Amino acid sequence: MVHLSDVTKYYGKKRALGPVSFEIERGDTVGFLGLNGVGKTTLLKILACGLRPSSGTVTIDGLDILDDPHEVRKRVGYLPELPPVYGDMTVGDYLHFAGRIRGLAPEAVALRVPEVEEYARITEVHDVPTRNLSQGYRQRVGVAQAIIHDPDLLILDEPTHDLDPVQIMEMRSMIRALKDSHTILISSHILPEISQTCDRLLILNAGEIVASGTEAELGDTLLRSRGMVVTVRPAVDAAATAALEAVERVIRAVPGVTGVGLPDRPARAMAATGAVTVRVDGEADLRAPVCRALVEAGHDVIGLSLAERELERVFVELVGGAEA
Amino acid sequence: MGATGIIFRREFGAYVRSPMGYIVAAVVLLLDGILFYALALGPRAGERLSGEVLMGFFYNASGLTAVAAVALSIRLIAEERAAGTQLLLNTSPVRDWEIVLGKFLSALAFLSAITVATLYMPLLILVNGKIAVGHIVVGYLGLTFLGAAVLSIGLFATALTRHQLVAAASASVITGTLFLLWPLSQIVGPPLSRVFAALAIHGRHWAGFQAGLFHLRDVVYYVALTYFFLYAATKVMEAKRWE
Repeated sequence: MVHLSDVTKYYGKKRALGPVSFEIERGDTVGFLGLNGVGKTTLLKILACGLRPSSGTVTIDGLDILDDPHEVRKRVGYLPELPPVYGDMTVGDYLHFAGRIRGLAPEAVALRVPEVEEYARITEVHDVPTRNLSQGYRQRVGVAQAIIHDPDLLILDEPTHDLDPVQIMEMRSMIRALKDSHTILISSHILPEISQTCDRLLILNAGEIVASGTEAELGDTLLRSRGMVVTVRPAVDAAATAALEAVERVIRAVPGVTGVGLPDRPARAMAATGAVTVRVDGEADLRAPVCRALVEAGHDVIGLSLAERELERVFVELVGGAEA
Repeated sequence: MGATGIIFRREFGAYVRSPMGYIVAAVVLLLDGILFYALALGPRAGERLSGEVLMGFFYNASGLTAVAAVALSIRLIAEERAAGTQLLLNTSPVRDWEIVLGKFLSALAFLSAITVATLYMPLLILVNGKIAVGHIVVGYLGLTFLGAAVLSIGLFATALTRHQLVAAASASVITGTLFLLWPLSQIVGPPLSRVFAALAIHGRHWAGFQAGLFHLRDVVYYVALTYFFLYAATKVMEAKRWE
C-alpha cells in the first residue's frame, strides 16, 4: 500500500527527515512514535502529498506521489495536527465542502455527510460554526473530513492533540473502529496512544527510524534481551550485606554484564526467605552464564526471568539516549 | 460543478458570512455616495454637463474599485496559510489553477455586486440629465475589467505570503506602480513614454471606458494583465504547494 525508499527531506542544509525506507501493507495500522520535532509531521505530510521529499521515492497504491499526485490525493485522507477547518462555516457545510473538494458527487456527499457525522459523533453540532467548537469537537470534525471520501489510506497527525482524557479515549475508540476498513498511519509522541491502537510501531529519532515492529517484537528485541531478574539465596553464611556483595562479585565477573541492581535494604529483602532479587543488565541474553556462575559459586538460583520493563522506557532510551 | 465552482461557492460564502465583506462594501458605497454628492449636487455641480458628471463618477469609482479589489483579495490565500486550511486544499485532488480561478471569480463576483450597488447614481443622472445608456454600460464594463485586473494582482500578492498585511503592501505597490505609469508617461520622453502609457492601468486604457468608448485594445490590455497575474499566482501556488 505504502512504499518509501531512501526518502529524505532537507530544509536548507538542515536535515529534517531520513533517509527512511519502509513498507506498509494494506489494512495495517501503523504508529509513528517520536518526540516533538523528530520528523513525524514531515513524514506524514510527504505521504499526504503536502510536502515534496528532497530525495527518494514514495509510492501509494503503486502510484508515485510526485508523478501522479492528483490520483494519490484521491486515495488519501489527512488530518493535520491542527484540523483544517474554516471558522466561518458550519460543520455540515464544511463537511459538504470537504467531500466535494475531494471528488464526491453532490448526491454522494449528501448521503455521506450524515454518515461521517454519526460516526464521529458530531451530528448534534451539524449547524454550529466550527469556530464555536471545542478542541475535542474540532478534532472529530477533522477526522470526519479525512474520511468523508472513504480513502484507502488515512493519515492522522497527533489525533489526540490537546484533548482531555475522556476525549482521548473517544478518539481511540473511533480510530479502532476505522481499522477494519482503512490503512491507517498515526503519529504521536505519547506511547500509550500508539501502542493501544496500532498493529505496528515505527520509532523515529532525529529524522530516522530507530526501531520498528509490533509492540511484542519491540519488547522481545529491545527489552528482554538486555536485562533479567535473578532471585538468589546466597551460600555465604554471613550478614546480608556481605552475602549480597558475594553474589554481586560473581555476577559482575560474568562477561557481558554491564550492571547489577541490588536492593537498597538487603537485610529486609532477605528476612523472609533468605533470598534476594537482583537485577542484571547486559549486552545480550545472559541468563545461562549468570545462572551457571552463581550455581558454580554455590549460590542457589531460585528464580530467573527476563526483565519486564515498560515500553515507555525503551521509547525514552531510543529517542533520549543516555537520559533513560 | 468542478473544483473551481466548489471553491467559488465557498469563497463567495466566506465574503457573505464575514464582516470584512460588508465593511469593504459599506466603505466603498459610502465614499462613492459622498463623492457623487459632491460631484453632482455640490456647489459646482450646475456647471457640469451630465456626461461630465458621469465621467467624474466613473473616475472616482475606478479608484475605489481598485482599493476594494486589493482589500477583498489579500485574504484569499494568505488567510488560508495562516489558519492551516490550505492543507485541506493542498492534499485534495484539486489543481492549482482551479483554486486560483475559483478564488478569483468569487472575489470578482463580490466586487461586481458592490459595483452594481452603485448603479443608482448613474441612473439618477440618466433620469435628471442627458446621457446615453451605453455610456453607463461601457463605464461599468470598464470598472469590472479594472477590478478584475487589480484582483488578480492581489491574488498574486496573497499567494506569496501567509501575512495579509504583507500581501496588502505588495498588492498596493504593484497596483500603485501601474497607476503611476500614466503620469510618468507624461513626464518622460519617448520611447519610455510610449511603454509607460501602454502599460499604465489607469491612463489611456481606462480613459475610453470612462468616456463611454469601447475599444477592443483596452479590453485586451485588461484581460492580458488579469491573465498574467492569475498565471503568476498559479505558478506561485504550484511552487508553494509542496513546501
